[in-house]
Amino acid sequence: MLAQQLINGVLLGSTYALFALGFTLMFGVLKVVNLTYGFYFSAGAFFALHMTKQWGWPIWAALPAAALASGVVAVVLDWLLLTRLRRINAPELASLMVTLGAVLALYAGMTTWLGPDIRRLPAGVLGGEALVLGDLRITEAQILILLATVILVGGLLALMRLTPIGLALRAMAEKPDAAGLMGIDTAKLAALVSLVCGGLAGAGGVLIGLNFNAIQPYMGEAMMLRGFVVIIIGGLGDVKGALIAGLLLGVVETLTAGYIDSGLKEAVAFVMLVAVLWTRPAGLFGRAHIQRA
Amino acid sequence: MMKRTHFLAGAAVLLASVSLPSLAAAQVQVGAIEILTGPAAAYGIAIKAGLDLALAEVNAKGVLGGQKIALTVEDSAGNKDQAINAARKLIGRDKAVIIIGPTLSNEMFAVGPVTNERKVPIVGTSTTAAGITEMGPYIFRTSLPESDVVPVTFKKAQARGVKTIALMYANDDAFSKSGFDVMKAAAEKLGLKILTIETFGSKDTDFAAQLTKIKGLKPDAIGISALVEPVSGVVLQARQLGIGKETLLLGGNGANSPKLGDIAGAAADGMLVGSPWFIAKPDAMNTKFVADFKAKYGKDPDQFAAQAYDTMKIVAQAIDRAGAADSEKITAALGKTDFSGVMGPFKFTAGRDPASSDGVVVLEMRGGKFAIAQ
Repeated sequence: MLAQQLINGVLLGSTYALFALGFTLMFGVLKVVNLTYGFYFSAGAFFALHMTKQWGWPIWAALPAAALASGVVAVVLDWLLLTRLRRINAPELASLMVTLGAVLALYAGMTTWLGPDIRRLPAGVLGGEALVLGDLRITEAQILILLATVILVGGLLALMRLTPIGLALRAMAEKPDAAGLMGIDTAKLAALVSLVCGGLAGAGGVLIGLNFNAIQPYMGEAMMLRGFVVIIIGGLGDVKGALIAGLLLGVVETLTAGYIDSGLKEAVAFVMLVAVLWTRPAGLFGRAHIQRA
Repeated sequence: MMKRTHFLAGAAVLLASVSLPSLAAAQVQVGAIEILTGPAAAYGIAIKAGLDLALAEVNAKGVLGGQKIALTVEDSAGNKDQAINAARKLIGRDKAVIIIGPTLSNEMFAVGPVTNERKVPIVGTSTTAAGITEMGPYIFRTSLPESDVVPVTFKKAQARGVKTIALMYANDDAFSKSGFDVMKAAAEKLGLKILTIETFGSKDTDFAAQLTKIKGLKPDAIGISALVEPVSGVVLQARQLGIGKETLLLGGNGANSPKLGDIAGAAADGMLVGSPWFIAKPDAMNTKFVADFKAKYGKDPDQFAAQAYDTMKIVAQAIDRAGAADSEKITAALGKTDFSGVMGPFKFTAGRDPASSDGVVVLEMRGGKFAIAQ
């Protein structure tokens, strides 16, 4: 049973990590707490639903297409909501309030348009059968989530560390004004970050929607709370940190529910959050930010 | 002379404006508070559909000698504060003489005391938690409390040889918790051994930890008390984790929705759920209701729509028998309700709950659809 519980925990944790990847990147590079992030997650799931159901696409085509579509939505929304705030150097609270208002309107609009019902991807998109190894069981959707998480984390790390774009992104994260003076087109880069983050959120929505077989407009909102905890524990903007923090949270939650008391599962995230903020306020892997005059 | 005509014209305008409200008063104001937006909107929208369908029938004849009922439905979004505000608005601004709703037991616990203090009757159509009607003499409900439905389901399970049971419930929702209390009491009364009690959150999508633990204990049955979305998630994941058909799944009132089959599909097959209403119940009134509903909305009604449909008619009858659009008289008339609708014959107990649970049927999921359990 312990082995199955550990697998359960790793799987749960990789859904948290998958969700948090784009969120932490958005925060780290663009320096905005963009609450519309959860909406791209829902949007991705609905795009994939439409592509597989109405157009009959297979999931391997619908997944990247839905991710791309959510990325485009993210670019447009970011441009509409935040360009002006960025130009006048508005305080962080302004972008928080703008995106909070926008996301409430977006969810409500989506519910009005598509209805509040829970939908599922067509049966047979993925085999529902579980892979059985002795006593252990893992489903195809779960393997897909695990694989996608590993590939996306690897890809993001490579992008950030090994490419000129990554260098520009890191420069922009460090000091946007200075990066601009060095000839980096920060507006274009911001759009690229939005595209990537929206795409990551959309892919997460499709995979997690597949795994739990439930797609509805508010599915992104339910993930936001855990997403916040994961990016704070992992360190804001830290991709590797988000992965480790997500997995850690998933495993601890699962073991708590399995061996102590399922009533305490909800508390785990917040106990961990408080503990990390007390001992390492910059996140588990973050270095204290020093600002010199 | 000029002045005089002006004065007359002014007086006429004044008179006209004074007489307007009495024209409007030819309608009887009825309010409803339902969840029309947000994650739980599916319930409120089904209820509103049932109310509207019945309202069209009622208004074809009218009440109190030809007056129409004007129904104002306020959105609570599943939020207690918003539900209270809606009640205050309906009573204060719209002068509603009676209120239908709210959707969730949680909300009723917030709204009930408010309407009771204003002495306006309120009728819950979907509130099944214990202790609702005890809040005051103006609080009614037409939905059978879970304590009437769940024991029937559990008895059926016992007849199929269930001796041990694990219970799971959403611990952040009054409806789910109350359903669990009823399940626990029913299991204890029947002498079923409760192996473990596990909880989760209403918005959770992952139940693997709890289910893996339950699997290790090998119960004959698992009783789940929650709204249909988390119940479906639990059922799907139970099957993924290899909990097979040898473990009987038992649902409370929340599982009693066609959505269980929509979301969980064949994974839910074999699950037993008690219900005060069933779509294929073969009586003339019910078949007409189902056909009318389908014609108007293009989909099958669920029990929430059925309960709302009956309730609108019960309320209209009570207004008629009260002889005036007066909250106090309507409350008295409601207490004497003797009605027959799609749920079967209906009366209130002295405690303002439904009097009879004879209509309860145990349903079994087969191929993603409910059928009457053998």
